[in-house]
Amino acid sequence: MAVKKEPTKSNVSKEELLGFYREMLLIRRFEEKAGQLYGMGLIGGFCHLYIGQEAVVVGLEACTKEGDKRITSYRDHGHMLACGMDPKGVMAELTGREGGYSKGKGGSMHMFSKEKHFYGGHGIVGAQVPLGAGLALADKYLGNDNVTFTYFGDGAANQGQVYETYNMAELWMLPVIFVIENNQYAMGTSVKRSTKSGTFFGRGAAYGIPGEQVDGMDVLAVKAAGEKAVAHCRAGQGPYILEMMTYRYRGHSMSDPAKYRTREEVEKIRSEKDAIEHVRDLLLNAGLASDEDLKAIDREIKEQVNASAEFAKDSPEPALAELWTDIYA
Amino acid sequence: MATEVLMPALSPTMEEGTLAKWLVKVGDVVKSGQILAEIETDKATMEFEATDEGRVGALLVAEGTAGVKVNTPILLMSEEGEAVVAKAAPVAAAPAVVVAAAPVAAPVAVVSKASADWPEGTPMKTMTVREALREAMAEEMRANPTVMLMGEEVGEYQGAYKISQGLLDEFGPKRVVDTPITEMGFTGIAVGASWGGLNPIVEFMTWNFAMQAIDHILNSAAKTNYMSGGQMGAPIVFRGTNGAAARVGAQHSQDYAAWYAAIPGLKVVMPYSAADAKGLLKSAIRDRNPVVFLENEILYGQSFEVPDLPDFTIPFGKARIWRQGSDVTIVSFGIGMKYALEAADILAKDGISAEVVDLRTLRPIDYDTVLASVMKTNRCVTVEEGFPVGSIGDHLASTIMQRAFDHLDAPVVTCTGKDVPMPYAANLEKLALVTTAEVVAAVKSVCYR
Repeated sequence: MAVKKEPTKSNVSKEELLGFYREMLLIRRFEEKAGQLYGMGLIGGFCHLYIGQEAVVVGLEACTKEGDKRITSYRDHGHMLACGMDPKGVMAELTGREGGYSKGKGGSMHMFSKEKHFYGGHGIVGAQVPLGAGLALADKYLGNDNVTFTYFGDGAANQGQVYETYNMAELWMLPVIFVIENNQYAMGTSVKRSTKSGTFFGRGAAYGIPGEQVDGMDVLAVKAAGEKAVAHCRAGQGPYILEMMTYRYRGHSMSDPAKYRTREEVEKIRSEKDAIEHVRDLLLNAGLASDEDLKAIDREIKEQVNASAEFAKDSPEPALAELWTDIYA
Repeated sequence: MATEVLMPALSPTMEEGTLAKWLVKVGDVVKSGQILAEIETDKATMEFEATDEGRVGALLVAEGTAGVKVNTPILLMSEEGEAVVAKAAPVAAAPAVVVAAAPVAAPVAVVSKASADWPEGTPMKTMTVREALREAMAEEMRANPTVMLMGEEVGEYQGAYKISQGLLDEFGPKRVVDTPITEMGFTGIAVGASWGGLNPIVEFMTWNFAMQAIDHILNSAAKTNYMSGGQMGAPIVFRGTNGAAARVGAQHSQDYAAWYAAIPGLKVVMPYSAADAKGLLKSAIRDRNPVVFLENEILYGQSFEVPDLPDFTIPFGKARIWRQGSDVTIVSFGIGMKYALEAADILAKDGISAEVVDLRTLRPIDYDTVLASVMKTNRCVTVEEGFPVGSIGDHLASTIMQRAFDHLDAPVVTCTGKDVPMPYAANLEKLALVTTAEVVAAVKSVCYR
């Protein structure tokens, strides 16, 4: 089904568009595979899939430079893949194996890569918001020209510490971009059942923080807004809020039957707003890629994801001695 | 008729102060609310106002007099129109109320000559716990540009308890950051900053307020190194006053030692002396892990001997034996040491020789020193201010039972605060806290005396 909206006017190149397609597809296929492995009992505990929201992280990662930081909640697989972390290490962490990013000791919600400047992976809703502002404080203190992307959901957006952080981030002009991934549901509670505010980004006005609402299903719109926010931060003008209007296709976690919304609602968004289909149509309609080209990418991604799953199954469980390591640095 | 104006108590723990400056002179007519004097406490310089109208009859304490006890008459006020009371003592001739300027040395500061913490012959200087903490921070900030201090009133106010006095002037607002009153937010920011390459010191005005931020201390700071497979330690110090002060009620009087000591990933320090406060705080700032540093308001003003060394540190996990003894081991930490040492003095007069062990750090705990002492004395009493359930004493008692059962001649007795929220009334507060008499009684019970 064709995209229902005009493509965002952008001087996006063929390579960049293909890159977006590839990265978003990697996240989707990875998450689908994670869902399968969960069903097979290879992944335990909580597992929150990012399917549907891929354009948000892929569009924003396109605005980053080396040294920029990112931090998010427990729905973190997409963020890790988008910032260049190895799918094998992420999947092996999901299966709780030695080859995982945290040697199997963190799990789905607690993964980190200092090398890729990915600071988690946080299981306490909203906690990542001041932590992200703190990363930005360090950059400002050290004179680094970097920004921190601090992601949180519409649910976390009602936490008090978010507003404590807004106040200090603007007071101290910290180079932090608050990215609210508004996927409409905080677990089973829809936004309209949890808040009377018209928008979440608008709450920043109380603290003097500018922001905007963005079509989070359109990777080009995300990138354009991200560039604006990054420019604002790098110019030393303090924080910026991006409210990404997005949607998760799956339940809150693997154990969520999602009875709080209709199948039709999900299907409507999937068919009319899907971020990957959008880019696929852009590529095909503009003659930038053929169906065959895209199928080749699909196959490549599928192989990459399968390889990560094989790695995650084959990697051994952590040695028992690992119980007692890494408690202290 | 002349009325006496008395030296005021300007904080819950103030017992004496310095009459820094008179702002009135004899013969002045003062109005209610007019500032009479500047009075310096160990925490701050305060303006002292007249409560009634009148004429200044006499100034009873000379400007600059230190150690003026609370409730000492400092000024005679005559009513408007009344002649200046002739018989009032002239300012210069008021020796009776001029208390010796030297601070009263804490009676417990009997430092043994031999110390495992510094070499024989080390020059010593006398300083308060407050000064020791300040010096530790200043030295570490001079040595390492990524060490910074943040918290409520740490900068322009010079510290709610004057621990950070002068640091803003020396290091500037980038490194001494005043925060809004928002513990959860600024604690999270500080933890994030520690991941980003800084070494923050977070001052909580009191540890009671850190309850608002405990999620970041535990879930964000303490657990992340483990959860990241060793990639992300948080080199951060959380410090501030802990435990009961004086008459501040249940919400401001709680000892968190046992709470934080329960958490793997944290290091927990609770010093008693100024030397330990300095040496351990410097070690805490250099540590690559989150350190909970529990101070005590009543100890801030107490003086001890501190080694006068350019870079004096004390390692974690090493208890200090303050007093050798053979009949019983008294284990304590923080302000509990005050009761432990007082009790040991009293017991010595009764012919009971108590060995007094100061744990100094509660995570790690120096079990070896405790066990070696108990194996020697065969008896143990623990002393702390915190609640009895799940106390440090409980943990030590269980450890001693498991590892030195055959050496015990009596059950381990734990002396703790009472199992009640801290009352406000002076008599009840006294009753709620652990006392020297209770420690003495506990020791006698384990010695079957």
